[in-house]
Amino acid sequence: MSLLLGLMLAAGVPADLGYSQIPDAGKEAQAAELMGTLRCLVCQGQSIADSDVDMAADMRRIVRQKIAAGESPKAVRGWLIERYGSYVTYDPPLSWTTAPLWFTPLLLLGAGLWLARGTLRRRRK
Amino acid sequence: MKRWTLWVPLVVFLVVVALAAWRLTGTSEMVVKSALVGKPLPEFTLPAMVEGKPGLSRADMATGKPRLLNVFASWCVPCIAEAPQLMKLKAAGAEIDAVAIKDSPEAVKAFLSRHGDPYARIGDDRDRLVQIGIGSSGVPETFVIDSRGRIASQHIGDIRAEDVPKLLKALEEAE
Repeated sequence: MSLLLGLMLAAGVPADLGYSQIPDAGKEAQAAELMGTLRCLVCQGQSIADSDVDMAADMRRIVRQKIAAGESPKAVRGWLIERYGSYVTYDPPLSWTTAPLWFTPLLLLGAGLWLARGTLRRRRK
Repeated sequence: MKRWTLWVPLVVFLVVVALAAWRLTGTSEMVVKSALVGKPLPEFTLPAMVEGKPGLSRADMATGKPRLLNVFASWCVPCIAEAPQLMKLKAAGAEIDAVAIKDSPEAVKAFLSRHGDPYARIGDDRDRLVQIGIGSSGVPETFVIDSRGRIASQHIGDIRAEDVPKLLKALEEAE
Protein backbone atom coordinates (compact mmCIF):
# COMPACT_ATOMS: atom_id res chain seq x y z
CA MET A 1 0.00 0.00 0.00
CA SER A 2 2.74 2.45 0.95
CA LEU A 3 4.67 1.29 -2.12
CA LEU A 4 1.65 2.08 -4.26
CA LEU A 5 1.30 5.47 -2.59
CA GLY A 6 4.99 6.16 -3.15
CA LEU A 7 4.68 5.23 -6.81
CA MET A 8 1.62 7.46 -7.20
CA LEU A 9 3.43 10.39 -5.59
CA ALA A 10 6.51 9.77 -7.72
CA ALA A 11 4.37 9.66 -10.85
CA GLY A 12 2.78 12.98 -9.92
CA VAL A 13 -0.73 11.55 -9.61
CA PRO A 14 -2.81 14.04 -7.59
CA ALA A 15 -3.61 12.69 -4.13
CA ASP A 16 -7.19 11.65 -3.31
CA LEU A 17 -8.73 14.71 -1.70
CA GLY A 18 -11.14 12.51 0.26
CA TYR A 19 -8.24 11.48 2.46
CA SER A 20 -5.54 14.10 1.99
CA GLN A 21 -5.22 17.84 2.26
CA ILE A 22 -5.28 20.51 -0.43
CA PRO A 23 -1.63 21.48 -1.10
CA ASP A 24 -2.53 25.17 -0.61
CA ALA A 25 -2.59 25.58 3.22
CA GLY A 26 -4.93 28.57 3.17
CA LYS A 27 -7.52 26.73 1.10
CA GLU A 28 -7.14 23.59 3.25
CA ALA A 29 -7.87 25.72 6.35
CA GLN A 30 -11.05 27.03 4.71
CA ALA A 31 -12.08 23.52 3.69
CA ALA A 32 -11.31 22.09 7.16
CA GLU A 33 -13.40 24.74 8.88
CA LEU A 34 -16.31 24.08 6.51
CA MET A 35 -16.07 20.28 6.78
CA GLY A 36 -16.31 20.49 10.56
CA THR A 37 -19.77 22.02 10.16
CA LEU A 38 -21.18 19.62 7.55
CA ARG A 39 -23.20 16.61 8.64
CA CYS A 40 -22.18 13.12 7.63
CA LEU A 41 -25.53 11.97 6.19
CA VAL A 42 -25.15 8.28 6.95
CA CYS A 43 -23.58 8.53 10.40
CA GLN A 44 -25.76 11.41 11.67
CA GLY A 45 -24.33 13.15 14.68
CA GLN A 46 -20.81 13.34 13.25
CA SER A 47 -19.38 15.87 10.87
CA ILE A 48 -17.77 14.73 7.63
CA ALA A 49 -14.44 15.81 9.13
CA ASP A 50 -14.93 13.37 12.03
CA SER A 51 -16.31 10.35 10.21
CA ASP A 52 -14.44 7.51 8.59
CA VAL A 53 -17.27 6.06 6.47
CA ASP A 54 -16.66 6.25 2.74
CA MET A 55 -19.63 8.53 2.08
CA ALA A 56 -17.99 11.17 4.32
CA ALA A 57 -14.75 10.81 2.33
CA ASP A 58 -16.72 11.28 -0.89
CA MET A 59 -18.28 14.45 0.54
CA ARG A 60 -14.86 15.72 1.71
CA ARG A 61 -13.47 15.10 -1.78
CA ILE A 62 -16.25 17.19 -3.34
CA VAL A 63 -15.81 19.98 -0.76
CA ARG A 64 -12.01 20.07 -1.20
CA GLN A 65 -12.27 19.95 -5.00
CA LYS A 66 -14.67 22.89 -5.01
CA ILE A 67 -12.59 24.93 -2.53
CA ALA A 68 -9.39 24.10 -4.46
CA ALA A 69 -11.12 25.29 -7.64
CA GLY A 70 -11.67 28.65 -5.96
CA GLU A 71 -15.26 28.44 -4.71
CA SER A 72 -16.03 30.16 -1.41
CA PRO A 73 -16.97 28.01 1.63
CA LYS A 74 -20.34 29.79 1.64
CA ALA A 75 -21.02 28.75 -1.96
CA VAL A 76 -20.04 25.13 -1.22
CA ARG A 77 -22.33 25.02 1.81
CA GLY A 78 -25.09 26.48 -0.36
CA TRP A 79 -24.49 23.80 -3.01
CA LEU A 80 -24.98 21.04 -0.43
CA ILE A 81 -28.03 22.72 1.15
CA GLU A 82 -29.56 22.91 -2.34
CA ARG A 83 -29.31 19.09 -2.45
CA TYR A 84 -29.97 17.94 1.10
CA GLY A 85 -31.72 20.90 2.75
CA SER A 86 -30.45 22.68 5.88
CA TYR A 87 -30.17 19.27 7.54
CA VAL A 88 -26.71 18.84 5.99
CA THR A 89 -25.21 21.76 7.91
CA TYR A 90 -24.61 22.19 11.64
CA ASP A 91 -24.74 25.93 11.07
CA PRO A 92 -28.29 26.24 9.71
CA PRO A 93 -29.38 29.44 8.00
CA LEU A 94 -32.05 31.58 9.68
CA SER A 95 -35.49 30.53 8.45
CA TRP A 96 -39.00 30.12 9.83
CA THR A 97 -38.17 26.69 11.22
CA THR A 98 -34.88 27.75 12.84
CA ALA A 99 -36.09 31.14 14.10
CA PRO A 100 -37.10 29.75 17.55
CA LEU A 101 -33.48 28.69 18.12
CA TRP A 102 -32.38 32.30 17.94
CA PHE A 103 -35.33 34.12 19.43
CA THR A 104 -36.49 31.86 22.28
CA PRO A 105 -33.51 32.85 24.51
CA LEU A 106 -34.31 36.54 23.93
CA LEU A 107 -37.98 35.91 24.74
CA LEU A 108 -37.07 34.04 27.93
CA LEU A 109 -34.68 36.80 28.96
CA GLY A 110 -37.43 39.37 28.39
CA ALA A 111 -39.89 37.31 30.45
CA GLY A 112 -37.31 37.02 33.26
CA LEU A 113 -36.72 40.76 33.34
CA TRP A 114 -40.45 41.39 33.39
CA LEU A 115 -40.92 38.98 36.32
CA ALA A 116 -37.97 40.49 38.21
CA ARG A 117 -39.28 43.98 37.67
CA GLY A 118 -42.68 43.02 39.13
CA THR A 119 -41.07 41.41 42.18
CA LEU A 120 -38.68 44.28 42.86
CA ARG A 121 -41.42 46.88 42.56
CA ARG A 122 -43.57 45.02 45.10
CA ARG A 123 -40.66 44.81 47.56
CA ARG A 124 -40.07 48.55 47.44
CA LYS A 125 -43.68 49.31 48.40
CA MET B 1 -48.97 38.88 40.75
CA LYS B 2 -52.01 36.89 39.74
CA ARG B 3 -52.37 33.35 41.03
CA TRP B 4 -52.32 31.68 37.59
CA THR B 5 -48.88 33.00 36.70
CA LEU B 6 -47.47 30.73 39.42
CA TRP B 7 -48.27 27.78 37.16
CA VAL B 8 -46.41 29.11 34.14
CA PRO B 9 -42.98 27.64 35.05
CA LEU B 10 -44.53 24.20 35.70
CA VAL B 11 -46.33 24.26 32.35
CA VAL B 12 -43.13 25.30 30.56
CA PHE B 13 -41.25 22.50 32.33
CA LEU B 14 -43.88 19.91 31.35
CA VAL B 15 -43.72 21.06 27.72
CA VAL B 16 -39.94 20.56 27.74
CA VAL B 17 -40.33 17.08 29.30
CA ALA B 18 -42.97 16.15 26.71
CA LEU B 19 -40.72 17.33 23.85
CA ALA B 20 -37.75 15.36 25.18
CA ALA B 21 -39.87 12.24 25.72
CA TRP B 22 -41.27 12.50 22.18
CA ARG B 23 -37.84 12.80 20.57
CA LEU B 24 -36.19 10.18 22.78
CA THR B 25 -38.80 7.46 22.29
CA GLY B 26 -39.33 7.98 18.55
CA THR B 27 -37.58 5.88 15.96
CA SER B 28 -33.99 6.97 15.46
CA GLU B 29 -33.90 5.88 11.85
CA MET B 30 -34.29 8.92 9.72
CA VAL B 31 -34.29 9.37 5.97
CA VAL B 32 -32.79 12.39 4.29
CA LYS B 33 -34.96 13.52 1.39
CA SER B 34 -33.42 15.14 -1.63
CA ALA B 35 -34.10 18.87 -1.79
CA LEU B 36 -33.88 18.66 -5.58
CA VAL B 37 -37.28 16.97 -6.00
CA GLY B 38 -39.31 19.23 -8.31
CA LYS B 39 -36.14 20.78 -9.74
CA PRO B 40 -34.23 19.94 -12.93
CA LEU B 41 -31.79 17.04 -12.82
CA PRO B 42 -28.26 18.54 -12.60
CA GLU B 43 -25.81 18.20 -15.48
CA PHE B 44 -23.61 15.09 -15.34
CA THR B 45 -21.79 12.56 -17.50
CA LEU B 46 -20.66 9.15 -16.27
CA PRO B 47 -18.59 6.53 -18.11
CA ALA B 48 -20.01 3.07 -18.79
CA MET B 49 -19.94 0.63 -15.87
CA VAL B 50 -20.06 -2.63 -17.82
CA GLU B 51 -18.99 -3.58 -21.31
CA GLY B 52 -21.74 -3.51 -23.91
CA LYS B 53 -23.97 -1.09 -22.02
CA PRO B 54 -23.66 2.69 -22.41
CA GLY B 55 -22.78 5.09 -19.60
CA LEU B 56 -25.18 7.75 -18.45
CA SER B 57 -25.47 11.50 -18.82
CA ARG B 58 -28.19 14.04 -18.13
CA ALA B 59 -29.01 14.25 -21.85
CA ASP B 60 -29.97 10.54 -21.80
CA MET B 61 -32.55 11.24 -19.10
CA ALA B 62 -34.43 14.13 -20.76
CA THR B 63 -35.73 12.33 -23.81
CA GLY B 64 -39.38 13.34 -23.84
CA LYS B 65 -40.38 10.18 -21.99
CA PRO B 66 -40.32 9.77 -18.19
CA ARG B 67 -37.66 7.40 -16.86
CA LEU B 68 -36.53 5.87 -13.61
CA LEU B 69 -33.05 6.55 -12.27
CA ASN B 70 -32.02 3.77 -9.92
CA VAL B 71 -29.10 4.34 -7.53
CA PHE B 72 -27.71 0.90 -6.67
CA ALA B 73 -24.58 -1.12 -5.89
CA SER B 74 -23.62 -4.76 -6.23
CA TRP B 75 -22.53 -4.77 -2.57
CA CYS B 76 -25.91 -3.54 -1.32
CA VAL B 77 -28.18 -6.21 0.14
CA PRO B 78 -31.55 -4.38 -0.19
CA CYS B 79 -30.63 -3.90 -3.88
CA ILE B 80 -30.89 -7.68 -4.28
CA ALA B 81 -34.31 -7.56 -2.62
CA GLU B 82 -35.58 -4.91 -5.04
CA ALA B 83 -34.13 -6.51 -8.19
CA PRO B 84 -37.27 -8.58 -8.98
CA GLN B 85 -39.45 -5.46 -8.56
CA LEU B 86 -37.26 -3.56 -11.03
CA MET B 87 -37.69 -6.45 -13.48
CA LYS B 88 -41.47 -6.16 -13.00
CA LEU B 89 -41.31 -2.41 -13.66
CA LYS B 90 -39.33 -3.03 -16.83
CA ALA B 91 -41.82 -5.67 -17.97
CA ALA B 92 -44.60 -3.10 -17.41
CA GLY B 93 -42.84 -0.74 -19.84
CA ALA B 94 -40.79 1.45 -17.51
CA GLU B 95 -37.44 2.62 -18.85
CA ILE B 96 -34.79 2.36 -16.16
CA ASP B 97 -31.30 3.82 -16.06
CA ALA B 98 -28.89 3.36 -13.19
CA VAL B 99 -25.82 4.68 -11.47
CA ALA B 100 -23.64 2.08 -9.73
CA ILE B 101 -22.04 3.39 -6.54
CA LYS B 102 -18.44 2.50 -5.60
CA ASP B 103 -18.42 -0.62 -7.72
CA SER B 104 -16.30 -2.60 -10.18
CA PRO B 105 -17.30 -3.89 -13.65
CA GLU B 106 -16.79 -7.55 -12.60
CA ALA B 107 -18.97 -7.20 -9.48
CA VAL B 108 -21.75 -5.40 -11.37
CA LYS B 109 -21.66 -7.96 -14.18
CA ALA B 110 -21.98 -10.79 -11.66
CA PHE B 111 -24.82 -8.96 -9.86
CA LEU B 112 -26.75 -8.47 -13.13
CA SER B 113 -26.38 -12.06 -14.31
CA ARG B 114 -27.51 -13.33 -10.93
CA HIS B 115 -30.40 -10.95 -10.15
CA GLY B 116 -31.53 -9.76 -13.59
CA ASP B 117 -30.71 -6.73 -15.68
CA PRO B 118 -33.50 -4.15 -15.99
CA TYR B 119 -31.21 -1.28 -17.01
CA ALA B 120 -30.92 0.54 -20.34
CA ARG B 121 -27.75 2.35 -19.21
CA ILE B 122 -25.46 2.15 -16.20
CA GLY B 123 -23.11 4.98 -15.21
CA ASP B 124 -19.98 4.32 -13.13
CA ASP B 125 -20.33 6.61 -10.09
CA ARG B 126 -17.30 5.42 -8.11
CA ASP B 127 -16.87 8.71 -6.23
CA ARG B 128 -20.60 9.27 -5.58
CA LEU B 129 -20.41 12.47 -7.64
CA VAL B 130 -23.84 12.00 -9.18
CA GLN B 131 -25.34 10.45 -6.06
CA ILE B 132 -24.38 13.49 -3.95
CA GLY B 133 -25.15 15.76 -6.92
CA ILE B 134 -28.81 14.68 -6.85
CA GLY B 135 -29.19 14.69 -3.07
CA SER B 136 -29.27 10.93 -2.54
CA SER B 137 -27.75 9.64 0.67
CA GLY B 138 -27.87 5.87 0.33
CA VAL B 139 -28.55 2.80 -1.77
CA PRO B 140 -30.94 1.84 -3.11
CA GLU B 141 -32.87 4.93 -4.10
CA THR B 142 -35.02 5.48 -7.17
CA PHE B 143 -35.80 8.82 -8.79
CA VAL B 144 -38.66 9.44 -11.21
CA ILE B 145 -37.41 11.78 -13.95
CA ASP B 146 -40.09 13.48 -16.02
CA SER B 147 -40.12 13.95 -19.78
CA ARG B 148 -38.28 17.29 -19.52
CA GLY B 149 -35.51 15.99 -17.27
CA ARG B 150 -36.99 17.27 -14.01
CA ILE B 151 -36.83 15.17 -10.81
CA ALA B 152 -40.50 14.37 -10.20
CA SER B 153 -40.12 12.22 -7.09
CA GLN B 154 -37.74 10.12 -5.02
CA HIS B 155 -38.24 6.66 -3.55
CA ILE B 156 -35.88 5.98 -0.63
CA GLY B 157 -34.99 2.38 0.19
CA ASP B 158 -35.73 -0.83 -1.66
CA ILE B 159 -38.76 -1.03 -3.94
CA ARG B 160 -41.31 -3.48 -2.50
CA ALA B 161 -44.06 -5.22 -4.47
CA GLU B 162 -46.60 -2.65 -3.25
CA ASP B 163 -44.44 0.22 -4.54
CA VAL B 164 -44.50 -1.01 -8.16
CA PRO B 165 -47.99 0.36 -9.02
CA LYS B 166 -47.12 3.64 -7.25
CA LEU B 167 -43.97 4.08 -9.33
CA LEU B 168 -45.82 3.22 -12.56
CA LYS B 169 -48.43 5.83 -11.66
CA ALA B 170 -45.70 8.38 -10.88
CA LEU B 171 -44.15 7.68 -14.30
CA GLU B 172 -47.52 8.19 -15.96
CA GLU B 173 -48.02 11.50 -14.15
CA ALA B 174 -44.51 12.66 -15.08
CA GLU B 175 -45.31 12.88 -18.80
